Amino acid sequence: MSLRDEFTKGLWQTVPPFRLVLGLCPTLAVTTTGVNGIGMGLATTFVLIFSNLFVSLLRKLIPPQVRIASFIVIIASFVVIVELVMQAYFYTLFKVLGIFIPLIVVNCIILGRAEAFASRNNPLMALADGLGIGLGFTISLFVLGCIREVLGSGTILGVFIMWPGFEPFTFMLKPPGAFVALGIVLGFMNLISHWQARR
Amino acid sequence: MGDFILLMVSAILVNNILLIRFLGNCPFLGVSRSMETATGMGLAVIFVLTLAGMITWLVHHFLLIPLGLEYLRTIAFILVIATLVQFVEMVIQKTAPPLYEALGIYLPLITTNCAVLGVAIINIEEGYNLITAIFFSFASACGFALALVLMAGMRERFALVQIPKPLEGTAIGLITAGLIALAFSGFIGLV
Repeated sequence: MSLRDEFTKGLWQTVPPFRLVLGLCPTLAVTTTGVNGIGMGLATTFVLIFSNLFVSLLRKLIPPQVRIASFIVIIASFVVIVELVMQAYFYTLFKVLGIFIPLIVVNCIILGRAEAFASRNNPLMALADGLGIGLGFTISLFVLGCIREVLGSGTILGVFIMWPGFEPFTFMLKPPGAFVALGIVLGFMNLISHWQARR
Repeated sequence: MGDFILLMVSAILVNNILLIRFLGNCPFLGVSRSMETATGMGLAVIFVLTLAGMITWLVHHFLLIPLGLEYLRTIAFILVIATLVQFVEMVIQKTAPPLYEALGIYLPLITTNCAVLGVAIINIEEGYNLITAIFFSFASACGFALALVLMAGMRERFALVQIPKPLEGTAIGLITAGLIALAFSGFIGLV
């Protein structure tokens, strides 16, 4: 696979959280608005890129028996950096995302990529993979956030776009709405893939 | 005592860790395909989460605070949890082989179950004391097991019905989870 393939596969073929059903907790919890989706996505992307890079650089030095523990330490270090930076410069977003920022450590996408990809490939490939998967994750969260924001409060990125007298569908902002929205979007993605395959 | 009962009801039904707080959703969809695996995972989580809640509280109050290292909480907790899971696995394997048979394959998965780290962090952020923290961890884990078993019970029936092709598998699982969450939101206002 070329560098470009590694990058683009994260955008549709294996886009998390839809295709790789991983990292669902932040996906469901923070996507009440588009902005929150982007914030969470970018924080995760940052950790993913650097953890992929470092896991790949250190892949020959880490003994296989303790690899999972080593990966977790690498990931956790970058999560602490993100936590401190967000607390200092993006305090409102930090408050909104709350517990889900430290929980990036246990986001299975990151550990999954470290184990399945970065520990077997060279740093450049790992970087492309991290960037692709991270961007795919960010876009997914943004789209899901926008869908829930439009239906739940009638706005996109805080701007009201629905007709006057629009009755917000507050169900979409509540926890059950998160599950249903993600399920339906996944259903549509399967439908599109199905059509593509038939053509 | 009344406070503890309220805390239990709140953690299991009102603020269910899976359906309302959204912690631990990966295993929720991953292992809820059959009743047997769901019960195994549920029991393993109850066991580990209660222990982890206690130990992370102790680590935070007797190690991190005296040393002024609170900002390393995330790293410290995940290391404690990973070690604990490994340790529990070895102890169970030696002392209770039947239990190990039942829980064995689910234990390693628990390290990356965000419910465990999530509850440990909630315990600290809510400022619970040790006893409350243990109670809350136990109750949250029971809520996790309850939701997981309910979900598995429903998903087992999917084998018998026809589901629209694009919705098969995870998609219908998510929509079902949404409906269970809707049922659970009926408990809001109970406590």
